[in-house]
Amino acid sequence: MNQGKFFSGGVPETPIDRPVIEKAIVQDKTSFLQIKTHPWLSIASFIIILLLWEMVSQMEWIPPLFLPAPSGILSEGWTMLKTGLIFKHVFASLSRILWGFSIACILGVVVGILIGFFSIPEAIGNPLIAATFPIPKIAILPLLILWLGIGEPSKIAVIALGVFFPMTINVYTGVKNVDPLLIKAALSLGSNRARIIRKVILPGILPMIFAGMKLGIGIALLLVVAAEMVAADAGIGFMILTAADLMQTKKLMVGLILLSLLGILFNWLFQKLEHIFIPWKQ
Amino acid sequence: MRVLIDHLSKVYKDRHGEVTEALRDITFTIEENEFVVVVGPSGCGKSTLLSIIAGLLSATSGQIVFEDVRNDLKPHTAIVFQDLALFPWRTVLKNILYGLEEQGLKKTAQLEIAQKYIAMIGLQGFENRYPHQLSGGMKQRVAIARALANDPLLLLMDEPFSALDAQTRILMQYELSRIWEETQKSLLYITHNIQEAVFLGDRVVVLSRRPGRILEVVPIDLSRPRGEHLTVEKRYLEYVNLLWGYIKNQAKEALEQTP
Repeated sequence: MNQGKFFSGGVPETPIDRPVIEKAIVQDKTSFLQIKTHPWLSIASFIIILLLWEMVSQMEWIPPLFLPAPSGILSEGWTMLKTGLIFKHVFASLSRILWGFSIACILGVVVGILIGFFSIPEAIGNPLIAATFPIPKIAILPLLILWLGIGEPSKIAVIALGVFFPMTINVYTGVKNVDPLLIKAALSLGSNRARIIRKVILPGILPMIFAGMKLGIGIALLLVVAAEMVAADAGIGFMILTAADLMQTKKLMVGLILLSLLGILFNWLFQKLEHIFIPWKQ
Repeated sequence: MRVLIDHLSKVYKDRHGEVTEALRDITFTIEENEFVVVVGPSGCGKSTLLSIIAGLLSATSGQIVFEDVRNDLKPHTAIVFQDLALFPWRTVLKNILYGLEEQGLKKTAQLEIAQKYIAMIGLQGFENRYPHQLSGGMKQRVAIARALANDPLLLLMDEPFSALDAQTRILMQYELSRIWEETQKSLLYITHNIQEAVFLGDRVVVLSRRPGRILEVVPIDLSRPRGEHLTVEKRYLEYVNLLWGYIKNQAKEALEQTP
């Protein structure tokens, strides 16, 4: 008799308003929250966009000089691959990235642990980092060229600077977030401070190191291109800039695709390394 | 070996200068091969007491003395923490090896000792699992083995079973009782569970609510080995009632007055 009252949340209703239902089967209200994947949609949409692009260029709705067709870019890339020109530029950029990135990662981990674990380095390092971190690294490039010359060292240095800060800050945060209980456990089992850094802090911050590397590689790609546009005779950035000067839009596009591929490659690589080095996290 | 807890007091002072007295004038001893349980209502400073004995916290006054001990490099105490503190990046075996590595033993000797304790806690076949792949009870056993493997003069346990479900907890009490009877290690066990205190201890130290003071020290005269049969015995229940009598009013006051 009173059912209507209960189900309508306090608003009185006459029982006649609603038909009597004999059975009410319970439905899962959260079904729309379940994660669904649409792999075919991702692939199809990608292909459709490429086809549309091809059409727009083939029909010359947009002049090919501004937007070359994907097929044209591909054949340009193939020619550059055959002549070996592409390798010259990719290797030049890659070696700069690898040098700068590696130096920055090692330094970043060391400095991050020092300022994270010891109070005196923290007191000295923190304001220095706070003051230098906000400077766009590309603005320091002219100074670096003045100091280190126009060759490789200045380019490597600007990449290293760019990667160093996010790495250091990540490691510092990681050290601060290592569970103090684990440090106490290590102390109670007989570790001294140096052993705690090696056996507790270092494995504890590994996930943060990888996060720093992923962040850093994006910055490294950005800075290598910028540095090569300022002064270089090889490299993807140099290739893009000269192609633009000569209105070789296809070649320019090849450069952009190379950068995208490099980014994807590095991300994949770090993901694999993470699985190998952090087996305790699924 | 004998551990003397000598007129220990602890006062916490926070940043705003507010003072909390956690422990007041605690004095008792732990004899060699003795299982001492400290029981008290929540917030009586039980964990503070354990941290000071472990050397992880400084006392405001008083001292902890280990009498008649050889001066070797090994830590005198080992702790089983309430939250376990297993290293998530180390497997079962590597967790148990941790303290042995720090003693600089030979690799083969380390492994031999670790294997002995893995067998004692019944975790053969799980040596290469990571902590996140284990159940609560299994993790607890790894933590106990890790502490035992370091062969401390005094084993400290801080409410080790409080995070377990009620059934696992009872089984782990039997297990610990068995392991202790096997190893006869001097042990200080902290709990708020009276049944657990009576079941495990040779002696029970009853603490008052904050500031923690010793209300009573009750020797538990029950035979060993202790097992399931004990929990229905009249003398066991009398001890439980006796301790509950001491703690009841303290717990009530603690309940009514939030810190």
